[in-house]
Formats: sequence, structure tokens, C-alpha cells
Amino acid sequence: MKKLSLLMGCILAASSSIGFAADKLKLAVDVPYEPFEYKAPDGTLTGFEIDLGNAVCAELKAECEWVIQAWDGIIPGLLARKYDVIFSSMSITPERAEKVLFSEGYYNTPSAWFGKKGTDLDVTDKAAFKGLRVGVQRGTVQDDYVTKDIGADTVEIKRYTTADDLVLDLTGGRLDLVFLDFPVGESTILKDENYQSVGDTMQVGGEGVGAAFRKRDKDLAEKFNAALKKLKEDGTYDEIMNKYFSYSIKI
Amino acid sequence: MMEAFLSLFADNSIFNPPTLMHYWSGFVTTVQLVFLSLLIGFVISLPLAILRTSKNKWINLPIWAFVYFFRGTPLLVQLYLIYYGTAQITGIQQTFLWDILSEAFYPCLIAFVLNTAAYTTEIFRGAIEATPRGEIEAAKAYGMGAAKRMRRIILPGAMRRALPAYANEVIFMLHASSIASVVTIVDLTGAARDIYARYYAPFEAFLFVAAIYLCMTFTLIYIFRKVEDKIMAHTKPLS
Repeated sequence: MKKLSLLMGCILAASSSIGFAADKLKLAVDVPYEPFEYKAPDGTLTGFEIDLGNAVCAELKAECEWVIQAWDGIIPGLLARKYDVIFSSMSITPERAEKVLFSEGYYNTPSAWFGKKGTDLDVTDKAAFKGLRVGVQRGTVQDDYVTKDIGADTVEIKRYTTADDLVLDLTGGRLDLVFLDFPVGESTILKDENYQSVGDTMQVGGEGVGAAFRKRDKDLAEKFNAALKKLKEDGTYDEIMNKYFSYSIKI
Repeated sequence: MMEAFLSLFADNSIFNPPTLMHYWSGFVTTVQLVFLSLLIGFVISLPLAILRTSKNKWINLPIWAFVYFFRGTPLLVQLYLIYYGTAQITGIQQTFLWDILSEAFYPCLIAFVLNTAAYTTEIFRGAIEATPRGEIEAAKAYGMGAAKRMRRIILPGAMRRALPAYANEVIFMLHASSIASVVTIVDLTGAARDIYARYYAPFEAFLFVAAIYLCMTFTLIYIFRKVEDKIMAHTKPLS
């Protein structure tokens, strides 16, 4: 009898732990990708996406577990049910959307204009650009914006394959302004104190970065979207963002 | 037949008028760049080739060094040096040189001219040195001086001998000009890159441009064949 109750106890414990595991949501990240996800000196995961992911889980009242997964296997791992969500700065693209289901975008790095120190220009006024030599990286959202919204008849557009060449020509004096991803410009151009960003950062298209789910998990994706929307509206999102960034990445 | 041809173009979103205009302006840039660099390169290389055959090492050596450097390094590296390298020289923006170097076209032209001049010098030098001794001796026997000998005997013969190799150099130059696109010049390849980036259609964008290069190459081959037929007629069998 005693043996039987022990056995029953074990089965109960096991079944409850199975039930427990089903409620547990596993989120995959590729670490490190500062400041979105990285390990603090004490070994704990931290970063913008970690905080945001935890906030979403709190909103969903689910228990979450972070799984560290290398980038090249991150979609196969999702499809193989090693985890349920990819929450790792994955840009929404049509190619990826064929394999996975994306949430709404939850961040997008902003673009910004950069030029020589003392450049004073109203970047929202198209006419202010008249006659300037503007550099962009070919095929980027910034290229699209300059080509469509400012146009080759207002500015001389020069397209570069890499951001390095673009920065070289700005510092060499062949360009008046460049339009780049803000973080890229921050880590290259702004390192030189003779240069500055011109005007405010702006969002110029692109669907941004979204959480990825298995295609069949439509319910989960919807819950995620609702939670993200709530966090964006009630100020939690801004609070987390301001902890890691000096500029807005909200979309 | 015609309908099948038209249906090919019916539902294409890439080759619309603006894209074709983009290709056209790229074509014009390529032709300008190649034509100018070949022309200037030819004018420079002819005296260099003559001086290169000089026995005086003070004349001979610097030209050898120039040719050695430009034939020994890739054109892409030369272009990078002249375009990005010069811009890094402190204070160059304040000199008159910057008027030339600030536009992408001229640094690129300079790189192409120097490169093709080096190759052409070597082609002409070979052709000049291959002049049969008998011709020179005969000219001497007629009492021709060095200048007259060069003008009347050596150069005309050398030009004929150099023609096939020079035709190759022209075609190589046309193909090498595609690297102008790495320094922001929108030549044919630059146009193809833009269109590839805009439509994410590498095959269409680059196949189209490859077809244009092919047509240009065949035109050049045809022209050189005609010229060869004319000036090399004496080397052909009679029948």
C-alpha cells in the first residue's frame, strides 16, 4: 500500500510537471547582440529584448524560459519545437515569412542624417537639400527614401556598396551628407568629433524586427501581438527602451 | 513569333522606361570612360614605347618601373588608391587637384588611362623590337636617319604587328571598366547593381547588362577584323 501511494505520488508529480512544462513558453535568442541581448558580468541574460520579452511574458501570465541558440540554426530549431518563439532581432522579410509566422514589428533602428560639424539644415524640408551631394548604401531603406522622397533632381545621389566606403567619402569631402542607419553612423561617423548627426532620427519604412512563431501557432502570435500593443501603449515599452537607447527605435 | 516576343515583355515589371533610361545613361558613361581612357592611353603609350626601346637606362628604367607597377597590380587596387587614397591626403581638398579628384569620373579615368597605357606600352615595345633586322639595315642603306627610320619603317610595321594584341587590350579595357561601379560611377554595371538592389532580381539585371557588353565586344571585334583585313592584307594567302 505504501509502495502504491509512493508510485501514485510519483505519477502525480510527473504529470503535474508535464502540465507545468506545457505552460512554459520558451524563447530563443542568439547571444550576444548588444544592447539587445547579452550576458551581464554575473552571467545573467540582459538587454532590451530580454526585458521586453519578460514584460510580454508577464503580460501573458506565462512562465518564460530563455534558450540560447546560434543564429544559423535559429529557424530550424523553432520548427523542430526546441522553443516556441524567436525573439532575437529577426528582421521581417518575405523569405523568412515563408517559413515562420511573424508578430507585428516591435522595433526598428532609426535612420539619421550625418554631416560635418556645423551643418545646419532642416532635414524635414526637401528644398533645403537642393544641390547637395548625398551618400546612401545601395538597396537600403535609406536609399529608397532618398530616391523616392527627395529625388535625383534635387540632390546628387551617390550609392555605395558598403558603409565603410560611404564614410570614407564623407570624411574625404566628396559628400555633403549621408543618410544611414543611426547605430551604424553612431559607431563610425560620430567617432570623429568633426562630424555630427543632422536633425532628428527618423523611421523610414521597413517592417522592422518581429517575433517569429511556427506557422500553426496563430493563437500564440495573436496573444503576443496584443501584449506588445499594450506594452507600447502603457509606457512599459518606452521605459525599457530608454534604459538601453538614447534614441527611439519604437514602431 | 512576334507575339511570343511581345508576351515576353508583357508582364515584366523590371524593364520599364525608367530602368531602360538608367541602363542607357550607364551605357553612355561606359562608352565615354572606355573611349577616353583608350584614346589618352594610346597617345601616352606610343612615345613611352619608343623611349622604352632606348639603350639609355635613365630613359629606359623609369618607363620599365611604371609599366612594371601598373601591370603588376590589379586595376581595382589602383582605382582604390587613386580614388579613396588621394582623398585621405591631408589638405588636398584645398588644392587645385581637388577640382579633378572630387568627382568620381576623373580619378577613375586616371586609373584606367595609366593602366591601359602600361599594357599598351608593353604591346608596342614588343612590336617595335620585333622589327626584322633586314628592314632596319635596308633603311640605313638608303641613308635614313633614326627619326625617319622610326617614322617610315619601324612604326608602320610595328603597328601592324601590334594590332591583334591591341584589339585584345581594347576588349579587356571594356570589360575592366565594369569596376568603375565600385567608386559610385553609374556605368553599365553600376546601373545593373542599382536595378538588382531595387528589384532583388540579380538574373534579369545582370543578364541584360551582360548581353549589352557582349554586343559591344562583338562590334569591337568586327571593327578590328575589318581594319586587320585592310592593313594586314599582304600577310594573307592569295587564293
